[in-house]
Amino acid sequence: MSQSLAGTAPMPLRRAHALPYWNPYLVGALLGLVLLATYLVTGRGLGATGAFSSVAAWLASLAVSVDHVTANAVHARYWNDGAPLASWTVFLLGGALLGALISGWQGRRLRLMVERGPRISGSTRLLLAFCGGFVAAYGAKLAKGCTSGQALTGGAILNVGSLVFMMSVFAAAYGLAWFVRKEWI
Amino acid sequence: MFPLVSHMEWSIATDLAIAVVLGFGFGYCLERAGFGSARKLTAVFYLFDMAVVKVMLTAIVTAMTGIAVLSALGAVDVSQFYIEPTALPAQVVGGLLFGAGFIVGGYCPGTSIAAIATGRTDGLAFALGMLAGVWTFAELTPGLETWIRSVSQGELLLPDATGIGMIWWAIGFMLLLLAASRGMAWLETRFAGLKPRFS
Repeated sequence: MSQSLAGTAPMPLRRAHALPYWNPYLVGALLGLVLLATYLVTGRGLGATGAFSSVAAWLASLAVSVDHVTANAVHARYWNDGAPLASWTVFLLGGALLGALISGWQGRRLRLMVERGPRISGSTRLLLAFCGGFVAAYGAKLAKGCTSGQALTGGAILNVGSLVFMMSVFAAAYGLAWFVRKEWI
Repeated sequence: MFPLVSHMEWSIATDLAIAVVLGFGFGYCLERAGFGSARKLTAVFYLFDMAVVKVMLTAIVTAMTGIAVLSALGAVDVSQFYIEPTALPAQVVGGLLFGAGFIVGGYCPGTSIAAIATGRTDGLAFALGMLAGVWTFAELTPGLETWIRSVSQGELLLPDATGIGMIWWAIGFMLLLLAASRGMAWLETRFAGLKPRFS
């Protein structure tokens, strides 16, 4: 059954046997408690972008050389004395992968598919997802964080830069929503 | 008393185990909210499903209230927290780029992981794009980090900048959440027609 792969008929948002998502206010409160626990234990909040930088440093050490990584100001900060993958953020995302897998399995939402609107092909959607990821990565590197590292983590502690970041994110996304509507609605 | 890291030491193995446990909760919440789906996430920008704002704002208010109350009770020392320095020009430009990447790509870094976990191949494409992006940043434009530092205002929190205590901000954000929840319920009814229908 590979009917849900790229280029085939789109799936409804929830098939009959997928269980409904939880109430967003309830999940929000739980997510807030996870964030609070992270602060209380580690003195830092959550963050997802750091793990990508760690993996990039690791890949660069394999593809180019260790000297290249340690000589690069950005890569070097994620080198972690030769163990870039043994970093806190990589394990955080490893845990997140596991948590999402369990949640999706419980909710009967595990499904090999491309998320897209009814008016776009699977392959175009995959290309746009890659491009969006590339641009978002640049934004996150400039802003020193993403939705978790800046918006949630910094927002909870009322960090001015984080609140400004969050407003900029929503401003750009709402501003562009009309132009990319065929990707989603 | 808190954060524990300020007066306790633990091994690297313990540290990474803590990361896995907290990450598990993080990923579980994201998927439960529906954020492993790019269509659920981007729906917020077409106003027919405001779950993204509901979850984010509630999470922020919950954590903020917890920190404010524990701080007022003397149980947590906020000065021991790591605070990301504010660099307004970098955060405005970075935020605009990030927002563009979000609406085009359909995910943010954390939610792309939840998407991958539940089998969404576009989540994998987004994550690979992220990886290519951070790699390119390091290889081609490492000098931008010098620029970010040069435009930094240092650590800047609203309670310090305004002299209004964190507990008051927490109460203010709670009221904002209450008002916003009513507004969002109205928006979801008003724009329900934009919800895509698959034939």
